[in-house]
Order: sequence, then C-alpha cells, then structure tokens
Amino acid sequence: MKKMTLVLFLVMIIPCHADNAVPHLPKQNWSFNSAFGTFKRNELQRGFQVYKEVCSACHSLKRIRFRDLKSLGFKESEIKTIAAGYEVKDGPNAEGEMFQRKALPSDAIPSPYPNDNAARATNNGALPPDLSLIVKAREGGADYVHALMNGYIDPPAGIVIEGGRHYNQYFPGGQISMAKPLTDGQVTYADGTSATVEQMSRDVSTFLAWAAEPETEQRKQMGVKVMAYLLFMTVIFYFAMRRIWRDVKK
Amino acid sequence: MSESDKPSPSQEPTDPTRRDFLTLTACALGAVGVGAAAMPFINSMNPAADVLALASVDIETKDIPVGTGKTVLWRGKPVFVRHRSDEEIKAANETSIKSLPDQQTDQERFSKDPKWLVVVGVCTHLGCVPNEKKNPDKGNEADGWLCPCHGSVYDLSGRVISGPAPKNLEIPPYQFVNNGSVIRIG
Amino acid sequence: MSLIRWIDERLPIFTFFNKELKEYPTPKNLNYLWNFGSLAGIILVIMILSGIFLAMHYVPHVSMAFDSVERIMRDVNGGWLIRYIHMNGASMFFIVVYIHIFRGLFYGSYKSPRELLWILGVVILLLMMATAFMGYVLPWGQMSFWGATVITNLFSAFPFGESIVHWLWGGFSVDNPTLNRFFVLHYLFPFLIVAVSGLHLVALHQFGSNNPLGIDRTKPTDSIPFHPYYTIKDLFGLGVFLLIYCGFIFFAPNFFGEPDNYIPANPLVTPAHIVPEWYFLPFYAILRSIPDKLGGVLTMFGAVFVLAVVPWLDRNPIRSSRFRPIYKHLFWVLVLNCFVLGWIGAKPPEGMYLIIGRLATAYYFFHFLILLPLLGKYEPRPKLPLSFDDKAVKSL
Repeated sequence: MKKMTLVLFLVMIIPCHADNAVPHLPKQNWSFNSAFGTFKRNELQRGFQVYKEVCSACHSLKRIRFRDLKSLGFKESEIKTIAAGYEVKDGPNAEGEMFQRKALPSDAIPSPYPNDNAARATNNGALPPDLSLIVKAREGGADYVHALMNGYIDPPAGIVIEGGRHYNQYFPGGQISMAKPLTDGQVTYADGTSATVEQMSRDVSTFLAWAAEPETEQRKQMGVKVMAYLLFMTVIFYFAMRRIWRDVKK
Repeated sequence: MSESDKPSPSQEPTDPTRRDFLTLTACALGAVGVGAAAMPFINSMNPAADVLALASVDIETKDIPVGTGKTVLWRGKPVFVRHRSDEEIKAANETSIKSLPDQQTDQERFSKDPKWLVVVGVCTHLGCVPNEKKNPDKGNEADGWLCPCHGSVYDLSGRVISGPAPKNLEIPPYQFVNNGSVIRIG
Repeated sequence: MSLIRWIDERLPIFTFFNKELKEYPTPKNLNYLWNFGSLAGIILVIMILSGIFLAMHYVPHVSMAFDSVERIMRDVNGGWLIRYIHMNGASMFFIVVYIHIFRGLFYGSYKSPRELLWILGVVILLLMMATAFMGYVLPWGQMSFWGATVITNLFSAFPFGESIVHWLWGGFSVDNPTLNRFFVLHYLFPFLIVAVSGLHLVALHQFGSNNPLGIDRTKPTDSIPFHPYYTIKDLFGLGVFLLIYCGFIFFAPNFFGEPDNYIPANPLVTPAHIVPEWYFLPFYAILRSIPDKLGGVLTMFGAVFVLAVVPWLDRNPIRSSRFRPIYKHLFWVLVLNCFVLGWIGAKPPEGMYLIIGRLATAYYFFHFLILLPLLGKYEPRPKLPLSFDDKAVKSL
C-alpha cells in the first residue's frame, strides 16, 4: 500500500497540466536547457536579427531594453548604434507637445503599434502578443515556439478554416491568426549562416528564451555552487549527527 | 564498543567545553553560508539596473541666453546650468581663492568651457536646494546662490563663500556634444 | 558571562531558551517525520524575509503589479533569486506542512492531551491557505486574476452573498481595491501565523512531543535533551530539505507554476483551464464535486474543519498506527485518496473525472466521519509495548 502510494505520487508530480488538443511537442536540444546550460552568443545574435527583421513588424518586445543586449555580446558603442536606429516618443517639450527622438540604450525596444487597439485593427482583430515572456507563458516553452514556427501544415480533412486564419498543428485549437512567418532565405545572417526556416526558428526561439529569462546562466552557475555547498554541509551534518547519537540506545 | 561504560545520554556525554574540529568546521561553514545567503537580500536594496542605466540629460545651449541659467533634473537632483557672461567669468577668476573654505580656481572647475557653469544644485552642508541670489548693488543681477536652510552662500563659480557648507557645489560629469550645441549631463 | 546573567536576571530569555530548547527532554526514539515541524518554522522565516525584500519593489496597483514583478526579475539586484525563493518556498511550505499533518494523523499526535495543539495546527493551515491564495493574486497574471475571481465568487453562495462579494472585492469585480487589500492582508497574515505558531509551541511543550510508539514516556532514560541530539538532526534534515528546495529554485523554478500566469491579467479573456496552485487542487476537486454552489463551498471548508474535530472522531486509546492493525492500512488509503483528489482538481470536472472526484470526496469524509469512530470502537487492540525499552519494540 505504501509502495503504491509512492509510485502514484511520483507519477503525479510529472506535470500533467490540463489537456491540450495538440500533438506531442517534439523536444529539441537547447544549449541552455541542462543544469550547466548556457546561451550561445552567436545564436542569440542571429535570433535577435530574426526578431528585428521579421517578428518586430507585428510583435513588441517591450520588456527588453537596448542595454540588455549587452548579454548578446554587443559592445556599448554597438548598442548605442542599434538604439539610435529606432525612434521613441518623448515629451512634452516646453511647447507642451510630444516629439520623437532617437532611442537611447536605457529605452525599451519600441513597439510596432502605439496600443493594442491599433495592433488589432491592423491584424484582423487579432492581437500579436508581446514576446518578452512568451517562452515562459506557453506550455512547452522554447520547444513550443520552435514547433509553432515549423507547424504550419494543410488542415486535416473536414476542418474548416475560419476568417482568414491558418492551420498550425501545434497551436491550441489549430487555427492561428498569424500566417507562416518564416520562409527560407528570408534573412541574410550577418555571420553567414544559412537562413533556413529550421535555423531561423531555432535561433529566434533561443533569443526569446533569453528574453524571457535573461538570468538563466547566472542562475544555473550559482545553483551549481549552492548545491555543492549544501551537499558538503549536509554530509558534514550527517556525520556530526551520527557521532552525537552514537551513544543513544534506542 | 569501548563506550559501553559511558554515562547515559541524558547526562552530558562529552565535555561541553571541548569543541572538536568537526563541530567547529560545521559551524564556521554554516555561518559563511548564512552570510552568503544574506548577500543577495542586502544587495537587492542597492540601486537596480534600471536606476543605474540613467538616461543622460541633454540641454540645448541655444535655449539659454547669456547671463541666464536653467535648472534641470538629473538623477533626481537639480542641476544648475548657467550661460555665464564675460564679466561673470572675470569676477570668478579674480576671486582670491585663499579666502575660500574649499579652495578651487574657476579654471579648475570649468576647464571645458568657462562660459558654461554646470553644478549640482544641492547644498554641500545638509542637502537643501540653494536659491539664486541677486545683488541689489548691481542692478539686481544674479551673483550666486544662497541656501535658505542655514545661509551658505555660493559665488558664480558655485564655490562656497560663507556659511556652514564645507565644499563647493559638486560638478557632475558632463560633456559637449553635437559640436557644442548640446550639453550632456551624465 | 556576567552580561548574560545581568540580562537574564531582568528578562529571563537565556533561562527560557536553555530550558525549552537546550535541556528540553525529548523522546529518544523520534524518527525523521518529526523533523517537519521545525522545518515548517524555518520556511516561515524564509518566506517572511523574502517577502519583505520583495515588498520593497512590488507595486500593488493593477497597472503596475505585473510590471513591478518583471522589474524585480530583470532589474533588481538578485531580484530573480528572491522572487523564486518566495515562489517555490510557498510550495515547499505546503509539502512540509502536509507531511507534518499526515505524521500527526498516523501517530495519533492529535489525541489527548494534545487536542488543542492539533486544533492550533488546523488554524495555522487555514491561515496559510488564506495567505497563499492572496499571495498568488499579487503578480496579477491571468491565473492570479481568474483564480481570485472564481474563488471570491464562491462567497455569493451564502445568504446576502452578493453584498459579501462586493464587500470582499471593494467593487463590482476583482480590480484595484481587491489587489490593494490582498497585498496588505498577505503581508499581515504571516505574522498571525507566527503568533499562532508560538501558541502551537507552547501547547507542544505542555506535554512534550508524541513519539512513534505513541506511548507516554515513563523513565528519565526515555528522553534525551533537545540539544545536541535534535538540533543536529534538525540541521541534517534542513540540509536535505535545502538541497531539494534549491534544486527547484535554481534548476526548475517554474515547475510548480502555471505558464498562464506569465500573461498579464485580462478581464475580457478567460484562460481555457483555470487551475489553482497544486496545493489547493484536492480542495478544488472537493469543491467542484458538489453540484450545488453553497454545498460545494461548505463541503470544501468542511474538509478542513473535519480535521479539527479528529481528536473527537477517533477515540481509540491507541495513539500510534504502528499498533493499529486495520487503521495502519486505511491511513495509506486516505493518503492515496488525497493524491487522487489532487489529480482530479487539475482535470475538467466532466465525465469520468467528475465521477472519480465525487467518489474520492465521499471517501474522504467517509474516512473521517465513519471509519474513525467505528475503528475507535471495534478495532482489535493488540498489546502496546510496556516501555520504550521493551524488547518487543521494532524500529520503524
């Protein structure tokens, strides 16, 4: 009876979130996934390029400031240049008017739309979500984002696509408002890597995983040190306990 | 076991004054651990990344005519920016620094461009914001600052002349950009 | 150390701690299940400390709450660490407390003369549940908002329900007044928990700890001083606990959470599946197994209140289930039943899930209201060991 309970407990702690009608998500190998995982700088930079040149047309990334891009390996001068390529609204000035100015490293990456209503109006009523936390906000995380990019297929027989949507086998419900965003060769990578859909989806998923959890590397490195220390201390306490209890007769 | 003739455990089994190596090491390492664990908590109260990544304040020089000044907010503090006239610069240079509590020449303070005075408008005594002081003998022209709290007086170089303030008004990091048309503070 | 004596003469804290923490006679045969009380106390301190430092940066306003949490995660030095400590600490707190409660149920720690100790424990559990519920609302994610909406709506089942709910909300839906007051109360309740835990310890020290044999101590040699024996054992247990806790914090910080809560709250869009945090799932299952709204609410609270009266439902003079041949197995059936309830709580309340949920709910109350009293009267009573050193005693 005790064993059954234990087995059931172990089975149940495997996350069994509420049912989705999606097929099993293919698991990817990510450089950042393991306990010692790290982000590869070139993947992050390529992913940022994909975001910039493809996704940012509709999706904001408002929780990332230009100064955060330092983690991608950019120098301060490069960040200033990247930021200066964008304009942000500021003000009011002395005349009481709002005005546009070049973005600074301390500014967040500007959104493509001034507000949600404008976003909906341009996208058939659908709101392209902000991508800063998308990897943490979706079951499956980076695996999901990658699968979604590659999941556009012809709708199965008998499925009627409503109102200008598209069929994606990994999107809950199957009918997604976003058209397939990536095509081969869409982006010319600065480092010369071939920009296939697979490569771009991998890179942008890595970038978005960083955007959602920029502290990942520091967290895991600290974790390794903390676990080592705790293991050592627990072992010491164990032997101290054994020694202290040696003379107690149960 | 050789310890079978030890006293029963409800009395002290070991000499309480003898600390052995294992216990000492464990306690020392434990204390280190607790200290290390406290660090992130204490550090979380330090300025966060967004506070540190301050935007600089840019001031258009054309907005400030000669002989006038402007106060801007920088890092939550007022900064006095004054476009000094030649007479004001001359007067600042001619002041004998030996009479000043905090001896600095005007040239030391504003070597970049003496026409522009840029000082943090916070009295070095206890932190109040000094007010512009006008000289009735010189047609009510501004000739420095007077702190309303305890009466410290600063000249047109931001140096303390009298009063309890120990130091001259602080000069923030600043530079001229865009061919001198913009002063960037911070 | 005359300074210590000077203070102690005027305020006997040193004498107090010496008596209650150092010399305090404790049964010598306690097993690791007795570690969980002190562990819970330590987690409470960790939660209060991490909570205070989070509160220095959190903003309890609907337009800034979610952003302030992200600011903590991204900009505040070590903010992500403090946040994950607090978030995972809540789950750890419930795991530890649930094990602590089941230990009490198995070994009869609630039986005379420890009834009040047990009831105080139930009060602590209720305060913890309220604190955790309000705390989860604070990040103002989708689950925060909708969980708050669903659970506060339950109170409309009571007479004058609508007024009660508007009073709770401070408005006509979960909104800024609700968030603000939940923040204040979430900050307050842990200190109530500290106070009740203090009473819990006072009640404990009246008669001392129970033990795995469930028999009273008779000789001085049945006891050992709390220090150093149980201080070191608690330290070892703390080490094991911290290894598990930090495993989650550093390597799986969102394991216990819901992805939907990383979506800012939207009153116009309900998530497909509203699920409470895992530690509420059994209660959620019980709530949804009763078709009537008020019935569901009363049954759910009843599941906690029935715990409080266990000392009077189970009058079997034998404390420890080690010596209760039938109950020792039925105990594990109860544990299994609670896991089933938890599993059901995450499923949509329809079809097979609903049936199982109802059966499991019925069994839960059957265990407490029917089985316990019956076993109290009719369970065979084997001979208890006469003393701690009785040769018949097997170690667990």
